[in-house]
Amino acid sequence: MAQALTRLKESPSQTAGPYVHIGLTPNFGGIGGVYATDLGATMLNDKTKGERIGLRIRVLDGTGTPLRDALIEIWQADANGFYNSAAELRGDADPDFQGWGRQPTDMETGLCSFETIKPGRVPYGDGRLMAPHISLWVVARGINIGLHTRLYFSDEEKANAEDPILARIEHRLRVPTLIAERQGDIYSFDVHLQGEKETVFFDS
Amino acid sequence: MPADAGSNRRPETGAFFQRDRNWHPPALTPDYKTSVLRSPQKALLAFDNTASEITGPVFGHAMLGELDADLIHNFAKPGESAIGERIIVYGRVLDERGVGVSGALLEFWQANAGGRYRHKKDGYLAPLDPNFGGCGRTITDADGSYAFRTVKPGPYPWPNSPNDWRPSHIHFSVFGHAFAQRLITQMYFEGDPLIWRCPIVRGIRDRAAVETLIAALDMQATIPFDARAYKFDIVLRGRRASLFENRPEGN
Repeated sequence: MAQALTRLKESPSQTAGPYVHIGLTPNFGGIGGVYATDLGATMLNDKTKGERIGLRIRVLDGTGTPLRDALIEIWQADANGFYNSAAELRGDADPDFQGWGRQPTDMETGLCSFETIKPGRVPYGDGRLMAPHISLWVVARGINIGLHTRLYFSDEEKANAEDPILARIEHRLRVPTLIAERQGDIYSFDVHLQGEKETVFFDS
Repeated sequence: MPADAGSNRRPETGAFFQRDRNWHPPALTPDYKTSVLRSPQKALLAFDNTASEITGPVFGHAMLGELDADLIHNFAKPGESAIGERIIVYGRVLDERGVGVSGALLEFWQANAGGRYRHKKDGYLAPLDPNFGGCGRTITDADGSYAFRTVKPGPYPWPNSPNDWRPSHIHFSVFGHAFAQRLITQMYFEGDPLIWRCPIVRGIRDRAAVETLIAALDMQATIPFDARAYKFDIVLRGRRASLFENRPEGN
């Protein structure tokens, strides 16, 4: 017998369930007076650097029906491509931009909105630049483990064409599932949980 | 920004151990009916962590209110408190290497003692407790420790099969040091016979994995004549050492 490996196992995931709002967006869920504001509701202040954009995101099930009980978190670099994180060693991120946001989908329409800035480019492990992107994490009733994906931008065609992650997608027909369409300052993005237009989800 | 305020420890920047997706529940667990139309059917795209997964937001203790970790009082009228079995839930957030995760944001939510959630979509006939909201949060100490006070939630029926009841449980959302560690799970209570009947629990295929979600009654940590205690440790993905990695600056 060889020596035993003594690592622990990660705690297994469980669904966030239909009442995720109670814990993560209580003011939105109708529980006032416990927290002053819902965490992650506002990403910007007057001093935040960068181009203001809006994200309009929906999450659709296998029948094309929008989820009205999902919750989305986003994580992104600042306008210069720096993350506001202890693990960011390349430089200092904009102190007026945390880079993280959290929003529920609307209980009637299923629409989920973020007001943020367009992120700068971040290097991949080998030094090549990734295209501007926002990391998404989706949880909801019926989702046993949070789904990771990315939102890329339709007006970044050249950068998208050389992005090392998009390049890993074998079936090129699926690449557009990660690209948000621009109209004015708003990018629209549908996350399809399953079916023909199923979004590419990550194991990373 | 330092994740460990007051610590001289160099921030860790390595990639994370891969997730064991046979240990986690799979996306499709048909006995949990809602998963049928909400589970991806195509394979996940695998790649090693990039800067986007290795980094994550920092939350400071300054954001916490005085009663954030006291669900017995944080929604109660002055001088009143929530009804139910008073308990303390405590534990540590560790990573897979056994290292305590400091500065981790924990958020939790639950039903009241009768199994009723304060949510407009919960139509269960058990009554609301006017002194119980059901949400709380805290941030782990330097060694990864946390604790909060609440009432033990009741089981409740849900429209899955005709007679399905959730075991008593508390939902946990955990933020470690990186977006790749993001986790939501549920804590169950030692000895509850509903645990092994629940289709959401049974989505986890390995019995040993389920057991890691069952909090232990700890009579040594109780406050006599006040509250019993349950111990619940949470494990997040561990970082690989960055030994022998030959990568240019920037990752």
